[in-house]
Amino acid sequence: MARLAVLAGNYAVAHAVKLCRPHVIAAYPITPQTSIVEKIAEFVERRELDAKYIRVESEHSAMAALIGASAAGARTFTATSSQGLLYMHEAVWAAAGARLPIVMAVVTRAIFPPWSIWTDHSDLLAQRDTGWIIAMAEDNQEAFDLVIQAYRIAEDEGVLLPVMVGLDAFLLSHTATPVELLSQEEVDGFLPPRRSFSFLLDVERPVTMGNVAFPDHYMEFRYMIEEAMRRAREVIRRVDEEYRELTGRCYGGLVERYRCGGADVVVVLMGAWAGDAKECVDRLWEEGYRVGVARLRFVRPFPCEELRELCAGRRAVIVVDRSASFGSAGVLFTEVSSALQQLSVTVRGFVAGLGGRDVGAEDFEVMVKRVYSDLEEGRTESGAEWYGVRKEVVGCR
Amino acid sequence: MPLTVKSLPREEYLLPGNASCPGCPAALGLRMLGKALEGKAILVVPASCTSIIQGPYPRTSVRLPLLNVIFASAAATASGIAAALEALGKKGVHVVCWCGDGGTVDIGLQALSGAAERGDNILYICYDNEAYMNTGIQRSGSTPYGAWTTTTVLGKRRHKKNMPKIMAAHDLPYVATASIGYPLDFVEKVRRAVRHRGLKYIHLLAPCPVGWRFPPSKTIEMGRLAVLTGMWPLYEVEEGEFRLTGPSRALLDKGRRRPVAEYVRAQGRFAHLTDEDIRELERYVDRLWEDIRRMLSS
Repeated sequence: MARLAVLAGNYAVAHAVKLCRPHVIAAYPITPQTSIVEKIAEFVERRELDAKYIRVESEHSAMAALIGASAAGARTFTATSSQGLLYMHEAVWAAAGARLPIVMAVVTRAIFPPWSIWTDHSDLLAQRDTGWIIAMAEDNQEAFDLVIQAYRIAEDEGVLLPVMVGLDAFLLSHTATPVELLSQEEVDGFLPPRRSFSFLLDVERPVTMGNVAFPDHYMEFRYMIEEAMRRAREVIRRVDEEYRELTGRCYGGLVERYRCGGADVVVVLMGAWAGDAKECVDRLWEEGYRVGVARLRFVRPFPCEELRELCAGRRAVIVVDRSASFGSAGVLFTEVSSALQQLSVTVRGFVAGLGGRDVGAEDFEVMVKRVYSDLEEGRTESGAEWYGVRKEVVGCR
Repeated sequence: MPLTVKSLPREEYLLPGNASCPGCPAALGLRMLGKALEGKAILVVPASCTSIIQGPYPRTSVRLPLLNVIFASAAATASGIAAALEALGKKGVHVVCWCGDGGTVDIGLQALSGAAERGDNILYICYDNEAYMNTGIQRSGSTPYGAWTTTTVLGKRRHKKNMPKIMAAHDLPYVATASIGYPLDFVEKVRRAVRHRGLKYIHLLAPCPVGWRFPPSKTIEMGRLAVLTGMWPLYEVEEGEFRLTGPSRALLDKGRRRPVAEYVRAQGRFAHLTDEDIRELERYVDRLWEDIRRMLSS
């Protein structure tokens, strides 16, 4: 039976992991992820979770250990943030290339230097080309739900790709809110044990995994990842639907749509600040603005079709990024612009909130009203800018 | 009963016609490893000559389950496999890292040290050809003093890292050195190692004809000269107890060691060495054996 608990996001993730019965966990501490793997270590030591826990000496080794464990048939989990994820990056590619259904929580945190422990999506989005499925939660409940869904998606025979579940540092990771937990029976019914595959490490059926592929084979291996990503879109939608039957909660597949019906401007973003954007949109409707929010739940596979359908016929699309690709624009801005290139819609980007700078409903209001006033004045060009930079500090004119 | 070649399994786990160079010590070692464990092993192989020896997709020359892994990750990957086997209740299978010297003493050291400290149940074998041979003979932390490589064209000015000693300092159940010149000694050590639980480490000297510049027919001879000159002492440390093995048992007395020059002059990589360089290598050998004497007396 579902029961309510008041949990910080990190503990919500830890409880979800426990319910998924992983065989092997390998982890290394890093703020603000640490309390996830601390809690799981506690579950294991108290024998509430029957799993092997490898206290590795680095994140690179954490992912390497899971690659080994997963290739031997185990269900696996790790969590990391920021520098840890970047240090792990080589192994992140290797996990996807080996088609191993590993699940990892990423508590998104800004990148050094200077040191910052606060939220920023640059770490997560720096993994976008690795072949991982990349999801991002809005609140603690969704972080819990996404972990359980992630195993179903990753282990689907048509997918077999690793999944990362993002949640914002502190806004979610260390903020306690009510979370509806599932029972072990419910999760067992939703998530069967990991199936055995013919290419596991097994002395009875020896296979060589990952040996040299010449140019006449390598590309096909990479294309199979692309195909798996394509199939993952449907699997994500189906799993979301099945999860609704179990819990009553449904998030809309790859994109959550909020008050988009009849809207002429849509704000696209991901993560915890979607809550502030929704609050802003509620207020703006009262003022007569017709603005909706499209919250990206998945950035890989990227919801191109959903966004094209959602943004067709709008006056403008506003993409708010908690990351920057220096010399270009926000990462999501370039992704969304690319997806919408066939549509004649204005796409405006704002890079905001880096390193945990607070962005509230009033900030979204400023952005939306700026775009509206530009549209009123006939300025319909697309483009991206930084929002809220204290230019007097950097000495810009 | 001493082990003989005839008593080894006839079964081959490294197939003939593989992609190794003529006289390759890694191929020979891998063949012995398969026989020693009678096929009950999962291999973890980081980037190294064995990446090539196993052959390209869709074929393989290795009849053991083999996972190729990123360079720095062999020991950590093996830890994961060992944990998975335990969690899934699979018994009687050894998880074996088969890694070159670069993947062990340089880029793989952190992961190996971590797995050793944790006591994860794996057998780690470093086949040491004393340079990055697969990328074309670049200096590693395991390259000996004076050796020419493509990144030390005038000869390396530092001695080889004493990796087995570093591993012994991790307080492991089993650490051993071996040389491809004595394959049965290697097989015996593999079998003794896997009787222990925890991380076992074997450092196998693997003379490489291509990188060391000697004829491919001389691999075994070079592996023996390394031992007989005292350059590569054969020993094992089992549950903290140190003992010399094979021909090295007789070499504590310096007078019974062959001159280092015999070993050095047989290899093109040392062709430029001066008499003073050779004296420096002799001093290195003396220090190695002084250290062994201390370990035997403690």
